Amino acid sequence: MSTDTDGEFDFGGSAIERKRLYGKVFLGLCVSAAMVGIVALIALLADVIYESWGWLTWEFLTYPPSQVADHFVPENYGDLDTGPAGMYPAIVGSIYLIVLTAIFTLFLGVGAAIYLEEYAPDTRLTRFIEANITNLAGVPSIVYGLLGLAMFVRALQTGASLIAGALTLTLLILPIVIVSSQESLRAVPDSMRQASYGTGATKWQTIRNVVLPEAVPGIMTGIILSLSRAIGETAPILMVGAAVSMFTPPDLTSPTGAFSAMPMMIFEWASQPDAAFQHIAAAGIVVLLTILLLMNAAAVLIRNKYDRRA
Amino acid sequence: MSDETSDRRTGLRSTLASVGSERGRFAIGNLLSTNTETTGMTANSGSEAAETTAAERTTDVGADSGAEMSAADRPLGSPQVDNAIIESRDLDVFYGDTQALQGINMDIPEKQVTALIGPSGCGKSTFLRSINRMNDLIDVARVEGELHFHGKNIYDEDVDPVALRRKIGMVFQKPNPFPKSIFDNVAYGLRVQGKDDDIEEQVYTALERAALLDEVEDQLDESGLDLSGGQQQRLCIARAIATDPEVILMDEPASALDPVATSKIEDLVEELAQEYTVAIVTHNMQQAARISDKTAVFLTGGNLVEFDDTNRIFENPESDRVEDYITGKFG
Repeated sequence: MSTDTDGEFDFGGSAIERKRLYGKVFLGLCVSAAMVGIVALIALLADVIYESWGWLTWEFLTYPPSQVADHFVPENYGDLDTGPAGMYPAIVGSIYLIVLTAIFTLFLGVGAAIYLEEYAPDTRLTRFIEANITNLAGVPSIVYGLLGLAMFVRALQTGASLIAGALTLTLLILPIVIVSSQESLRAVPDSMRQASYGTGATKWQTIRNVVLPEAVPGIMTGIILSLSRAIGETAPILMVGAAVSMFTPPDLTSPTGAFSAMPMMIFEWASQPDAAFQHIAAAGIVVLLTILLLMNAAAVLIRNKYDRRA
Repeated sequence: MSDETSDRRTGLRSTLASVGSERGRFAIGNLLSTNTETTGMTANSGSEAAETTAAERTTDVGADSGAEMSAADRPLGSPQVDNAIIESRDLDVFYGDTQALQGINMDIPEKQVTALIGPSGCGKSTFLRSINRMNDLIDVARVEGELHFHGKNIYDEDVDPVALRRKIGMVFQKPNPFPKSIFDNVAYGLRVQGKDDDIEEQVYTALERAALLDEVEDQLDESGLDLSGGQQQRLCIARAIATDPEVILMDEPASALDPVATSKIEDLVEELAQEYTVAIVTHNMQQAARISDKTAVFLTGGNLVEFDDTNRIFENPESDRVEDYITGKFG
């Protein structure tokens, strides 16, 4: 440090200017990194919506599919013996699939999280289990598909059914649901638990009346976001053998019956040689994305509605 | 007080203590009434008065009530009382390898206010939480020794901590109402304990006794979190007394509150002591002096140094360290 600066203050500070420039460059890099994702997503959406324009009709949502591309063209609807073509069975199949998955996940995921967070002693075994649950979240979905095929379709004789698909998707999202539910439970302030124990409540009463109500918004958000991942998964249901040409919605009363699902349908259409099917696939993608966005919106609404600590 | 005097007194006390313990309960009552006067004189008249006080002390020591108290860890003052509802005997509490309480011996008298004071980390909250076994909730906590409630060691294996906590309620440092309505907050204990006949009446009574009813009567359906800090704490007190426990433990109940709210809580504590036994941890020495009948002084390392009538602790403590602490020389 120089000693002869008494009474002077150096405003020039070229060093500061240079550091500021670095800052600006860094900011620019960060902004462009953020933009890449958003731009790609917007481009994809725009392309899909453009492709599907004119093909996405009410009939598309309410009629079974067809092998013939012409059956999907809105101008032909009136002239067809078979009636218009659409993806109705796949939409219903996907919704059934996700409802069943939601039920299984709710009990297994939340149950496991409550055990690990509230009951399990802090032992090496518990930590081992927790670490492995986190690892399972990273296992590729096709592996879960193979597991589902071996375990449910073959070993448990469920056949290529809704049940098999739903159980496979449950396994797929279970680790994520467990981890996010655990985080929600952990976020419940300890003072609440103590208040409950202090009034003479048992552990079960405390969990039931205090901990769970507080954690439910977080748990629900986690489950819905996981389900919206599950509804778009293709690989697992491909492995357990979802059908591509179902002409009626799956029958809930026969749990071993065949089913179709939206991602499967889109996958099938996208691999057709006829160029018209690209538009049909795009229309299917728009339907799937709409359902996805609705689910995510529901998650946000639930979180905002119950978040009383804000 | 000079060190010399105090040394001499301690010496006297131990000599006299070894002489033996005459049962002098009725005499003590008389002596105690003149005690304040005698103590007041001590500072002025020196060693003569000190001797008198020490003599009284000894008689006091003789007043054994329930369980035996070991001589080794016995704090200064008169840690045993006639009407004890809680008796702590050689109570050690460990958090993992750290010992948080060292052989605590003291009684808590029925339907009086007992204050636990001392610097941070001295173990007073730990002691309070060992009375209703809240320490059980901490995995690494371990308790040795005995703590009797109505003569029964609560750390015996056949004692259910949930049943114990239904007799010994608790109010915490930070107001912690549930994110439920005011009514449901007070009703919570009643519901979990299955005392939900005439629940409405019981909730009103509890709010009334917690001096909160007038302020919240029109908003019982609103969230308990919408109340001010002081009101929240009184709500927590209402929640604790709704189920009619015998003892109420308070862990610095006013430390997060402003002076006005604090004085309301203090009035309430004095009021409550007519029906309940209250044990209160506080950092505020004036508060302890104002509201408590007995005071226990914990100093560093989880040691109970002195236990006695509050006025004796504040006017003429036996231990120099207690006097230094109370007069603000340390802690």
